[in-house]
Amino acid sequence: MIFSRLFSGGLDRRVLLLLILLVAAAIAVPVLNLAVPPSSSFHMPPHAVALLGKYLCYAMLALSLDLVWGYCGILSLGHGAFFAIGGYAMGMYLMRQIGSRGVYGHPVLPDFMVFLNWKELPWYWYGFDQFWFVALMVMLAPGLLAFAFGWLAFRSRVTGVYLSIITQAMTYALLLAFFRNDMGFGGNNGLTDFKDILGFSLQAPATRAALFSTSALMLALAVVATARLVSSKYGKLMVAVRDAESRTRFLGWRPENIKLLAFTISAVMAGIAGALYVPQVGIINPSEFAPANSIEVVIWTAVGGRGTIVGPVIGAIAVNWGKSWFTAALPEVWLFALGGLFIAVTLLMPKGIVGVWEQWRSSLKARRRVAPVPPAEPPAVSPSGPAAAPVTGPALAARPQPAE
Amino acid sequence: MSSNNTILYLDAVSVSFDGFRAINDLSLVLDKGEMRAIIGPNGAGKTTMMDLITGKTRPDKGEIFFDGEHGLTRYDEADIANLGIGRKFQKPTVFESHTVEDNIALSLKGPRNILRTVFDRSSAEESTRIDEILATIRLEERRNELACNLSHGQKQWLEIGMLLAQEPKLLLVDEPVAGMTDAETEETVRLLRDIATRHSVIIVEHDMHFVRELGVKVTCLHEGSVLSEGSIDHVSQDPRVIEVYLGR
Repeated sequence: MIFSRLFSGGLDRRVLLLLILLVAAAIAVPVLNLAVPPSSSFHMPPHAVALLGKYLCYAMLALSLDLVWGYCGILSLGHGAFFAIGGYAMGMYLMRQIGSRGVYGHPVLPDFMVFLNWKELPWYWYGFDQFWFVALMVMLAPGLLAFAFGWLAFRSRVTGVYLSIITQAMTYALLLAFFRNDMGFGGNNGLTDFKDILGFSLQAPATRAALFSTSALMLALAVVATARLVSSKYGKLMVAVRDAESRTRFLGWRPENIKLLAFTISAVMAGIAGALYVPQVGIINPSEFAPANSIEVVIWTAVGGRGTIVGPVIGAIAVNWGKSWFTAALPEVWLFALGGLFIAVTLLMPKGIVGVWEQWRSSLKARRRVAPVPPAEPPAVSPSGPAAAPVTGPALAARPQPAE
Repeated sequence: MSSNNTILYLDAVSVSFDGFRAINDLSLVLDKGEMRAIIGPNGAGKTTMMDLITGKTRPDKGEIFFDGEHGLTRYDEADIANLGIGRKFQKPTVFESHTVEDNIALSLKGPRNILRTVFDRSSAEESTRIDEILATIRLEERRNELACNLSHGQKQWLEIGMLLAQEPKLLLVDEPVAGMTDAETEETVRLLRDIATRHSVIIVEHDMHFVRELGVKVTCLHEGSVLSEGSIDHVSQDPRVIEVYLGR
């Protein structure tokens, strides 16, 4: 019922294809990993499952950035912070799951607290042994931070590059804060040495496959939610604010509230992505707050195509796949490749991969319109006399893009 | 102070930016249903006056009353828009990546609660209202076209249509015919005359020919206060106005 209503709203065909691919991956990857014997060439090795799972989390992060940047015009250079906070919330749960199996064998305190000679659990670690509480915190903590930050920033009408700079400052401040041992989040080392999630061993292939499938399905859910959101009246208002903020204001809407809602929803989405990421990579530490990380997210989104739903997903997966390949084959070249990629995308394909594809499609359509019927006669056979007319069709079609 | 028949009353308003007095002890009364043209040389304070009325700028001194009781200086832009003042910018400002229809739909008078818009569905009532407005601004043919594909003149009309959708009591229109062809100007005059039958309108304009064509009461601003007021013939023959426009 709900599902049919979702699709009756007219989901874009590309979005639908992406959803199908994600659901197919959620089923196929565990099968290829677990059911196909390692000797078969169709077998998917465990490290590939973990890698793909990581890409999907990045894709969700890029999608969340696209919601605020592509649709609402807020260039956040601190989205990695929301991702990291979601990750820390999950990390705290995984730490509590270790129980007395830590190096120091303390039944309640995580190892790093015993090491720091702490006697009892800080108050903000309470409740993190309960999964439902953690699931709530994964959304609530980044959401509240984004709400507070956005409320102050948007109400003061901080926009454009100034807003980008303070988002960057926010993630940097959090980086410094989480580095400190007395913050109680493991300081420099962060949280690691995880054992179980929901009682299942994190090292077990089945758990890892399940985590992958969960990531794929959560990304699919995020895609549906984003697609619905941007096609609603609210989504139109987001674009209105992006294109003409003062017009929106003088029509009686409050752009600050429109931005605040987008920013908060986006932060929640980033937090969920972070929470899915941590059990798959097995560690969360302050480096996730590094400003460079947040800037990379912007690059993924730009490469894929901002202001589209499938763009950031494609961009995140493509760039990270490139990164995995480059850092293995030519590690010293990667940063140059990334920088070059960003410049190339900005200059040559401002609308990203999706934009290029759309352009190619529309030029194809235009070409078809010029030559509606495939030319039956080869130009050489064209009879003498009033031959000008039949020749124009194919001749025009042969030229690259007559209409543009 | 303000009578029942007054829609807008500026009472000795002053504002300065970095010591420059943009508006200097300006007083102005606009009757309900009146259309008024504001003229004046560059830097006379025309646009600043619009900013003051719509809440973009706050006066240093003086008070602005709207529709009898509202002291506008207490409100911000969104509040003032919802009280019933619509503003058209000098440069046509529409939502370029939305269709003509969506531009109007987002402007329609109604609750401005953001959370509600997430689940909001367009109603039949809304679409008849959109039809009416599109008919008024003569853009029915282009309702599904993206606003960025409209011509300059059509964008101006669309923006006027968006203001009408707000159902304002007072419309502020900043240089509506700048950059328009003669045919477009004529069409705009027709549109504004039509609007003036149901709304109070203030038009800021440079084009004297256009002001003459409108045939309404004219206020000439100079250095932030009223220099001359009356019919276009009266104002254009006022020696002070002539000096300001031609002298120096």
